[in-house]
Amino acid sequence: MTLDIIIFLVLATIAVLAALAMLLSDNAIYSALFLILNFAVVSVFYLMLNAPFIAMVQVTVYAGAIMVLFLFVIMLLGADKLRQPQTDIPWQQPLAILLGLVLLGVAAFAIVSRGSVSVPSPLSDQMISAFGSPFELGKLLFTTYLFPFEVTSFLLLVAMIGAIVLTKEEKTKLLPRRPTKN
Amino acid sequence: MVPTSYYILLSAILFTIGVVGVLVRRNAIIVFMSVELMLNSANLAFVAFARAFQTGEAVNAAAMSGQVFVFFVMTVAAAEVAVGLALIVAIFKNKHSIDVDQVHQLKG
Repeated sequence: MTLDIIIFLVLATIAVLAALAMLLSDNAIYSALFLILNFAVVSVFYLMLNAPFIAMVQVTVYAGAIMVLFLFVIMLLGADKLRQPQTDIPWQQPLAILLGLVLLGVAAFAIVSRGSVSVPSPLSDQMISAFGSPFELGKLLFTTYLFPFEVTSFLLLVAMIGAIVLTKEEKTKLLPRRPTKN
Repeated sequence: MVPTSYYILLSAILFTIGVVGVLVRRNAIIVFMSVELMLNSANLAFVAFARAFQTGEAVNAAAMSGQVFVFFVMTVAAAEVAVGLALIVAIFKNKHSIDVDQVHQLKG
């Protein structure tokens, strides 16, 4: 077992345990913090996969912005105290867990039954600094993928407008004017 | 070097945990966080395949496209989180609860 695989297994265990802890935790703030831990571990995986820019974007955007937004909303709504046993359909939760395990089994079978376990070819020294760099990503982003890039800018504008419209206070209705006595 | 299928298997495990989270939990915010976990696992699969397809001396544009797509997925996830949380806040203002089991009627 090389050092790479040992590091991968340790980090993968941490990632899976953090995801499970996010799922099973009663307190929503603990769930959000476990998810941040999961995102940080996945960011380290991106570093191991020669994607340094994506790793930093993951920490900045996912763990730094999206999860902070989640924590704000959790604290705004007081959602950390919401956990009652479900009594409407008692067989729903065990069935969901069972079907989730079936999904995992099918996916694992599909992955493992491919036969050869291919290791990606090691990058040359010149490629290590080039592949995954912001320069290469920017080169593709502004040439081949320029149209999706512009569309995402529009999407972010729409999301911002939508978030404002959805949470805007409704104007209080004006009282009907009494007819003036003349 | 770690084989690519290890990363894909980890992505499948995280995705399944996300799916079970959406189905089992009743707190709307936890459901939303499970959706983010699913998106994140798909990102991991993209980056793993992007690395696997990089062979040779020149930067393979097809391989780099995997990372560009991850960039777009993160952007879309950020926009979706903004709107989704605004929806949850709006529903909470109406019903004073974010239990998904209580939002089962279309009429407010």
